[in-house]
Formats: sequence, structure tokens, C-alpha cells
Amino acid sequence: MAYKKRAENRGFEETRPIEAKVGVIARADGSAYFKIGNTAAYAAVYGPRNLYPRFLQNPQKGILRCNYNMMPFSGTGERVRPGNSRRGREISLVTEKALLPVLDLEEFPNSVVDVFIELPQTAAGSRCAGICAASMALADAGLAMKDLVCAVSVGKVDDKLVVDLDSSEESYEEGNVADIPVAMLPNSEQITLLQMDGKVTKDELKKVLELAKKACKKIYEIQKDALKNKYAVEKVL
Amino acid sequence: MSKLLAKEKDIVVPGEILAEGMDNLPGYGTYRVNDNILAGRLGLVSIEGRAIKLIPLSGRYIPQKFDTIIGKVDDITLFGWRINTNSAYSAVLPMKDATSEYIEKGADLTKYYDLGDYVVCKIVNVTSQKLVDVAMRGPGLKKLQGGRIIEVNANKVPRIIGKAGSMVSMIKEATNCQIVVGQNGLVWIDGEPEMELITVNTIRKIEEGSHLTGLTDKIKEYLEKETGKKLEIRSVK
Repeated sequence: MAYKKRAENRGFEETRPIEAKVGVIARADGSAYFKIGNTAAYAAVYGPRNLYPRFLQNPQKGILRCNYNMMPFSGTGERVRPGNSRRGREISLVTEKALLPVLDLEEFPNSVVDVFIELPQTAAGSRCAGICAASMALADAGLAMKDLVCAVSVGKVDDKLVVDLDSSEESYEEGNVADIPVAMLPNSEQITLLQMDGKVTKDELKKVLELAKKACKKIYEIQKDALKNKYAVEKVL
Repeated sequence: MSKLLAKEKDIVVPGEILAEGMDNLPGYGTYRVNDNILAGRLGLVSIEGRAIKLIPLSGRYIPQKFDTIIGKVDDITLFGWRINTNSAYSAVLPMKDATSEYIEKGADLTKYYDLGDYVVCKIVNVTSQKLVDVAMRGPGLKKLQGGRIIEVNANKVPRIIGKAGSMVSMIKEATNCQIVVGQNGLVWIDGEPEMELITVNTIRKIEEGSHLTGLTDKIKEYLEKETGKKLEIRSVK
């Protein structure tokens, strides 16, 4: 028994089709949309703006606050309970930690940059889609950033190493599944998020991270194009 | 071997390599890693001799010394007024710098500037912790009465003003409106209602096309069409 074929004839090292757009929310300081397969994420950035309650303020540098939220109708059809959840808070936190290494907020003491990530549709890989959208939105908001952040989930389904697991692979029942979301800075190849569900060997992890690197570079090009498109010269009077 | 990879007026995203080798110097918005100069934010490339810098296209206003801004009175304290600067930091307008009039001890400060009033003021000091002081003694610094306030992208303000004020004086001439452009992205317009509307639309057009060359000519055409006046582009000292 082995995992032979992926849905829609996708190659094992191939991501689902990706769509990216910048500037989708007019009133936000920066915003972006990132869709990978059936997982879609909107990110809106507000700030730097003043921060209350005051005890949260840091006089040395500005803080980053992320909020990850799945919309009630976003899942498989079963209503996702709205509001805070343990899972949502954890993902908000790891998103924050994945984005913070590229940001330079020293110019904004006592202030906050708010990132809101909303998912209207989810089918695996939502935290990665959220991080991709958020990094584009932060760049759109004109913040000082060393690099963009690209994220993709990789893993192992039965005996195959795969890139960008979809929801059927995540819940594959005829064998073991490992799901490893990775966020990476595409230029320096530093990893800012690495989580794992399931089991892989050390060698497999090394191999699968190489696959993630390749996929992230591809995502980076898409993010770059989306950002440049927004400011392209074509939109004339 | 040094190599310049970015061209003048290219739109670049964070992490993009702008130049290789040590012959070029990193300017505003860029940083050096080993031999390469990388983009540290989203912006427009500008090359001045050996230095490469980025001109920001988006982002919130950051208070800067000697900027003339339009602020809103947010609060009245024992010593003066607190002014909202349309940024993450509010400013203090001390009583002694507020008007040329003599303010008597214990006077009712709302007589001078009431809550919600808009004022044109000048930033006299910004500390490392972004405590901002403003003053209203000087030509052109006044309370704004009547008219309307619109908000624009603070990075586009230089284009709205134009070279030596050419753009804004052209709009003033065409519409007979009084216009004050604050560095913080607030614009005050006062005139005939129809003309105010034309002014607002014109400013929105400038904002959209701010990175285009020959923008003044296009705006001139638009204004001539809208107002039916013949206009001349001239710079005002």
C-alpha cells in the first residue's frame, strides 16, 4: 500500500494553484489576499498607531499584534464557532513570531502594528496562507522590513514526501501523515516557523525542508509580482 | 566586479537585491548584507551618484521636526492643548506657543482652540520617544474655520504640492479654493461647494498617479476640462 496519486494530478513537489493580490482593503494601511488551492486568507495591517492599555507599551520599540480568525462558514460546512479559541490564539502567536524577525519597529516606540488575518475559506495550510498574506500586507503598509516571509506546509503522506498538503491528505487514513508548516525568509533562507504534526525521520525532515525551500522561492516570486502590480504604472488617469 | 541591478524608478519589495559589490552605498530604506545592497522596505528606487535610496510609496506619517501639519485638537490640559497628528503619536501645543495673543492665567482655553478644531501648526521638536511639540506662532499657522478636511497618503504630499508649489497653486487658481496641505496627509479645502468637489477629485487623481512623469500636464488638462478655465503652469517661490 502506498500513496500513488494526488488530487487533480498534482505532482508530489507541486503546490496548489496560488493567487495573490495587494491593496484589497481600502481603509487599511496595508492589505493583501493570498489564496492557495481552496485556502484563502485576507490580511489587513493598521498602524503604527497608538497603543492602549498603556502597560502593553514598550518604550524601546513598537510591538506587533496578530490576530488569526477563521470565519464561521470557512470550514468543511460545519459551522466554525466564532470568537477566540485555543487554536486561534496559538496560531496568532506563531504568526507573530514568524513575522517579527523581518520587521524593524524600533522607529515606533510605544506604538503597535495590528495585523488581522481573516480566512473566508480553509482547506489545510491556513496558517501558512495567513503568514504569506500578512507579510505582503506589512510590506504594503510601508513598514521597514528586511525581507518578505513565505510559508508553505510540507510533510509526508504514507511513504511519500509532499509539498502543500490539502485537506484530504491531512486526514489520510491509510497510512501515517506528517504535516510540517514552514515559514522562511526567501533571500537569507532562514526559518521563522517550524511546527510538526506526526512523525518523520531526521533524513526525511532534511529532504522535506529542501522541498519547502523550493516552494517558498516560488511563492516569493508570486508575492513580489502582486506587490509590484499594485504600484505598476499602467493605472493612469 | 560591482553591478547595479535596480534601475531608477523601479518599484522594489523588501529583500530584493539592488546592487552587488562595494562600489555603491546604501541610502535610506536600504541595507547592506556582505557585498549586496538590499531593499529594506517597499519603495521607488532613486540613484544619486553612488548612493541608492528608496522613496517610500506607502505608510503612515511619522512626525518630523519642522514639518507643517494639520492637527485636530483632542484634549485640553493645564498647560495647553493636545493635538492629534494623524500618526501614532499626539503632540503638545503649549500655551505660550499657541497664539500671539496674551492668555490670562486661568482663562478658558476653549475660547482659543476648542475640542475638535483643526489647526495648522509646526512641529518644533520630536524626542527619541516620539514626544512631539508643536507651535502656532508664525506665518500661515492658524485655526482652520469652515471648509472641509480630507485625508491623503502622507507620502504623496510632495506631489500634491508640486515643484516649488506649482501643483497646488494651479489648483487654487483653477478652483478659487483656499487649500492648506499638511505634511501629515491632511488637506484643508475651502471654497464654492462645486469647486471644493473638483479640488477633492483632483487631489485623488494626483494621489493615484503620483509616480507618473508629466503628471502636472495631465492634471492641468483635467482641471481645464472640469472648470473650463485656461491654465498656466508656473512655479511660485
